[in-house]
Amino acid sequence: MPSYPLPPVWTKLRRHEVFPEFSHDERARYNFLSSLNRFVSTVIAPGNRIAFENRVKPDFERAHGRDFNDRHELQEHMSKDPLYRAWAALRRSTMEMRQQNGRAAVLRQAGELARKVRERLQDGEVNLELREGFAVPPYLRHVDNHLMPGSYHTEYFPGDVANAANYDSGLFVTSGGMLGSLTDGGGQAIAAWVAETYPDFRPRRILDIGCGLGHNVLPIAQRYPDAEVTAIDAGAPMLRYGAARAKALGIRNVRFLQLDAAEMADFPDGHFDWVQTTMFLHETGGKAIHRIMREINRVLRPGGLTLHIEQPQYTPEMSLYEQFMRDWDAYYNAEPYWGHMHDLQPEDLMEEAGVPREHFMQVGVKAVNDLDRRKQDGKVTEDYGRSPIWNVFGGWKK
Amino acid sequence: MEKTQELSGSHAGGQLDADPIDASAVNDVLMAGDKSKGARPWFLESAETERVMNVAMAVATEVAVLRERLDTIERLLEARGLIDRAAVEAYEPDEAAAEERQLWHARYAARILRIFQQELDAIAKPGDNTPMHRIADEINEM
Repeated sequence: MPSYPLPPVWTKLRRHEVFPEFSHDERARYNFLSSLNRFVSTVIAPGNRIAFENRVKPDFERAHGRDFNDRHELQEHMSKDPLYRAWAALRRSTMEMRQQNGRAAVLRQAGELARKVRERLQDGEVNLELREGFAVPPYLRHVDNHLMPGSYHTEYFPGDVANAANYDSGLFVTSGGMLGSLTDGGGQAIAAWVAETYPDFRPRRILDIGCGLGHNVLPIAQRYPDAEVTAIDAGAPMLRYGAARAKALGIRNVRFLQLDAAEMADFPDGHFDWVQTTMFLHETGGKAIHRIMREINRVLRPGGLTLHIEQPQYTPEMSLYEQFMRDWDAYYNAEPYWGHMHDLQPEDLMEEAGVPREHFMQVGVKAVNDLDRRKQDGKVTEDYGRSPIWNVFGGWKK
Repeated sequence: MEKTQELSGSHAGGQLDADPIDASAVNDVLMAGDKSKGARPWFLESAETERVMNVAMAVATEVAVLRERLDTIERLLEARGLIDRAAVEAYEPDEAAAEERQLWHARYAARILRIFQQELDAIAKPGDNTPMHRIADEINEM
């Protein structure tokens, strides 16, 4: 094996029954993109720190006689650095190519995909409920998260699943395969962590909010096969595709439901034993997040568990440079609420969700990766916001 | 070319899932390259340069795709006993073939670098740089 760490080939991604067909060249395009991403993030990106320490910071200190006040001031000066500019232009370019390549592959077969999904959904067992006249929350309509044109909710024709299929095919490329063959490393990690940490916890009803195509909720459903799992999302294409994908993977205890997390009138008070979100809260909005917390508090039973996988919050201990690097995705990978959410305290959010401060917990959980040939040697090049280390916060409701 | 209109989220309902699936309005060629919402950030000092970089990166991708396809073909042919990949690696053209290939490379290099050649031509012949609108006026008098 060469010493340069090769990303896994795209065909390691497990393709299920409703997965789009990828031609030879479409697969090759993704293979190249994985390598391009790997080079940009492990070879070029570390140059940002060198540029920062060797010229941006000393130049600033010489001119102003002090250090940077905050990450915004740092950003202003760093954004003039030629190495940073070259890296940023390249990174943006690779992300746009990833979208175009994925969309080109799924849109040409959008009709067949929709028919394949519908056929699977109509196999007699109903695990999907879409709502006519459903209002997609404004924060979702306002931005195309991750530069994905049309985001999670847009359907180009009735029954469409194209954006979900694109997401399913490309997450493997964006994450460099670090999330495993079903890109469910986050869900696997949280399911294993809960089962190991709380062996006596036997949830009967589990709610996953912002499930997308369900890749992170399925491992939880598998870990607790007797639990009744409800996965909600606003995006009809994601829910359709996710429900058919769950069936294709043989998982039958998850129901996919189109619902706004800020108005979960479907569920009575104290209905769930466990409420989970995975990489969801940073894609909400500054007002919605508080309404969502109140709803979590309402539908979670006293003594129930709520956990949230997010990137780490900014703390005074985190260097301004790291904050700046983590901000990059917020603004340039179109996850704009992330920047603001980083300034919230998770303890405060959890208090709104019914978790008293003394019950609050925060842990780092490494993604479970069934493709890692080096067997988790612990050496990960920090790629702010993209490393497979998951920050989990939450706690037990009083 | 018209691109299909996206349905609003409010159309996404259970009832619609009984509607016939008709993807004929999807223009995949253009929609693949849809822009995501919000202003695109430009990082390089010159947007023109960044534009060229983006074209170059896309072309680089296609070179990799061709390379992977060629590799597939070589491996399939070898598996069927039609070629020997070691022979491909060790191949040295005879005089005539080598000449032909060098000529191809020369033409290819000239195609890629045409713009430099013509710029040089312009400064080498200062008399041949009349703006076209003036030539138009001059021709009008001819």
